[in-house]
Amino acid sequence: MIERDLVIVGGGPGGMAAAISAYENGIKDILLLERDQYLGGILNQCIHTGFGLNYFKEVLTGPEYADRFIKKVQGIPGIEISLKSFVVHLTKDKVLTYLRPGMVKTVKARCLIMATGCREKTREMVHIAGTRPAGVFSAGLAQKLVNIEGLLPGKEVVIVGSGDIGLIMARRFTLEGAKVKAVIEIQDKTRGLMRNVVQCVTDFDIPLYFKHKILKIFGRDRVEGISVAKVDDEMNKIQGTEFTIDCDTVLISVGLIPENELIEMAGLELDRKTNSPVSKEVNKTSMPGLFVCGNAFKVYDLADSVSKDSESAGRLAAEYLKH
Amino acid sequence: MRIYDVIIIGAGAVGASIARELSRYKLDVALLEKETEVTFGVSKSNSGIIHPGTQNPSGSLKGRLCVQGNLLTRKISRELGVDFKEVGELIAAFGEEEKTRLYELKKEAECLGVPRLEIVDSAWLRKNEPNLSKDVIAALYAPTAGIISPYRLVYDLTENAIRNGVELFTETKVDNIAVKEYFEISARKAVFKSRFLINSAGLFADEISKMVGVDDFKITPRKGEEFLLDKKNEYLTSHLIFPLPAKTSKGILVIKTSDGNPMIGPTAEDISDKEDSSTTDRGFQEVLSQVKRLVPAIDERDIIAYFAGLRPVSDNDFIIRYEDKVPGFINVAGIQSPGLTAAPAISLMVCDILKKNGLSMKKKLIFHSHRKKTIHLFAIPLEKTKKLVKKDAGYGDIVCRCEMVSAKEIKDAIDRGARTLDGIKFRTRAQAGKCHGSFCTTRLMKILSEKIDVPLIEITKRGKGSEIVKGDRRND
Ligand SMILES: Cc1cc2nc3c(=O)[nH]c(=O)nc-3n(C[C@H](O)[C@H](O)[C@H](O)COP(=O)(O)OP(=O)(O)OC[C@H]3O[C@@H](n4cnc5c(N)ncnc54)[C@H](O)[C@@H]3O)c2cc1C
Repeated sequence: MIERDLVIVGGGPGGMAAAISAYENGIKDILLLERDQYLGGILNQCIHTGFGLNYFKEVLTGPEYADRFIKKVQGIPGIEISLKSFVVHLTKDKVLTYLRPGMVKTVKARCLIMATGCREKTREMVHIAGTRPAGVFSAGLAQKLVNIEGLLPGKEVVIVGSGDIGLIMARRFTLEGAKVKAVIEIQDKTRGLMRNVVQCVTDFDIPLYFKHKILKIFGRDRVEGISVAKVDDEMNKIQGTEFTIDCDTVLISVGLIPENELIEMAGLELDRKTNSPVSKEVNKTSMPGLFVCGNAFKVYDLADSVSKDSESAGRLAAEYLKH
Repeated sequence: MRIYDVIIIGAGAVGASIARELSRYKLDVALLEKETEVTFGVSKSNSGIIHPGTQNPSGSLKGRLCVQGNLLTRKISRELGVDFKEVGELIAAFGEEEKTRLYELKKEAECLGVPRLEIVDSAWLRKNEPNLSKDVIAALYAPTAGIISPYRLVYDLTENAIRNGVELFTETKVDNIAVKEYFEISARKAVFKSRFLINSAGLFADEISKMVGVDDFKITPRKGEEFLLDKKNEYLTSHLIFPLPAKTSKGILVIKTSDGNPMIGPTAEDISDKEDSSTTDRGFQEVLSQVKRLVPAIDERDIIAYFAGLRPVSDNDFIIRYEDKVPGFINVAGIQSPGLTAAPAISLMVCDILKKNGLSMKKKLIFHSHRKKTIHLFAIPLEKTKKLVKKDAGYGDIVCRCEMVSAKEIKDAIDRGARTLDGIKFRTRAQAGKCHGSFCTTRLMKILSEKIDVPLIEITKRGKGSEIVKGDRRND
């Protein structure tokens, strides 16, 4: 079986920063696996600015931010980049199996960094009742449809949850000529960054309902509307406060969860609530030589923090291999 | 104009089974379906259980057809390459009083011919079903209960019927029937003619029947909400777990599905709107509290999907009859649970009725009874995947990350008739995992759009009116 000093799963900001830092700390045999056809991960669809303020002290868009790392990893001969490589299996001995168009490969990693990022919570995870028509999207999917595919998911939009992607999509939809009718947030404050609330919602006069909850989605084939009510401090609906909003689209932006199915498959324990690996120290897991970084370790607010913490995963990997 | 020997209205489990059965004979048969794909009616949203025949009144038609259907399904699933698993069911009794009921249920089921029933005690249960509540003191064990993918069964039945000559017309909603020398069936702008007409229109069977003047029954929808758990709980139970049956249903169950995800439900609520497939907070709470009584380890945080299905109910039993008043017309209505199980037996009964009423039924020289099993990477070992990927690179191109579905499987599904994202989902499981298509929807849209040559903005979730997007910025 082929053995590699370091295998990194995930070519987003986390995986790339870990690869660069591992190399700089002395590891010269690195395999970086990415399932997509390009590096950069979710940054590719984040065409708004706000990246790099901490890390580069500059204002960049997502793709620009990613590009700086992409150029760097591509320039390091010790890092082999394998795209369209989808890891399907991981054992406790750090043996990985991945699929690529035309081949299935197995590799043993002496050291392994998982930088698999996170996924969005779905409507199903927060149990929104009602029908299941077309027009219900995760905010990230809507972002991909607009920014990457050039398609407009809907014309009258309600955003459920005030996560950053949802807030940013409120502005994006408005700029695309759609009407964003409301942002509904069950808590008394936003889940996202304050600057996104101001720049993406308040500045466009989009109503933001705090302490409100979506009750139901209506519509048979396509979303036709939703019902909403105020909630009390226990987050229970307050009788008599119900109202409906007509819309053709509902975006769900109720949080992110680390994607850790592979290490779970390998037998690592995950926190039941956060889906992060159970761990005492940043990036470390209960398994020696297996590190988790970026949003797979915990959900960060900023890509800049992902890059920074992932660098430490690269250092930890180098230290591990020296012993 | 072409005159069909038999036209079947409705391509659910029942219509598709009849179509396939009739395709053995030298007959011109057409299957008309109002939706964009087959199985988009009741047959897509049910528990997928091939019932053994328990919990049916001993003299009932549905009970008899269920027992027979359970047997027939095994052969059909082998022929069509649909996965059928005999997992067995346990009807759980809490306390002595309920235990006595088990003996009654057993006796009733034995009258119907349900084989190999057994009352098992708590020691057996601890050993064979460790997650079952310790308060269950005994259970009726029916080993012949099984599970199947209901939509894949209907897709494959239809595909095989078409292979054997049946013509399928989708997006063909029957809105009028004229009874003349032949039946003249109008759907949208088309008119079809047939000598015999079979009404297997599920929830709308009463409306179809009314079109020919038979209106002595009504179909009321009985809603059932179901909730699917993450696949990692696949071995939560090894059997299907039932409570003692309730008045209008078999109760709320812990179900195993052929895709691996456990499912909990269904509720049973009589409603009036045949289009109302919404789930409710009340249903959710009811299901949770009921199943936790049976299997306390169930955790609501593991729920990844939910849906509601409507049982087409007319009184307590199936209505399967030749309407003497309208010669040539056969009603197959009120096919509530266990209709999925009974469907193959229903199809034999319908063939009999046709024969008795003058349709000449001669077997074709060649009937293609088998179809090649559809490949699903999620269902095969990695070693086999390796070989497949070598043969066709498309198997190594993963589109759906949660359920591990490759581009090749998606393209195959489209070749076999998928025209919508739901159709792709039911056939391949792409979008059926935890992320609900957040990751793969755009890719699926592009593959479908390219293969059937339809612009992206016309790609739908489940047919016209359910377009995924509202506009194309590149052209606006
Ligand atoms: C929640 C739930 C759980 C269930 N669990 C089980 C189970 O575990 N095991 C079991 O055996 N059974 C189960 N059932 C019952 C089973 O699903 C049904 O009995 C079966 O699917 C009925 O099939 P059908 O073909 O009669 O109906 P359908 O699948 O509804 O087919 C009828 C078709 O007719 C079409 N149609 C209607 N009107 C027209 C028109 N005017 N023109 C053209 N086409 C038309 C419809 O679109 C539809 O596709 C369950 C049902 C529900 C709701």
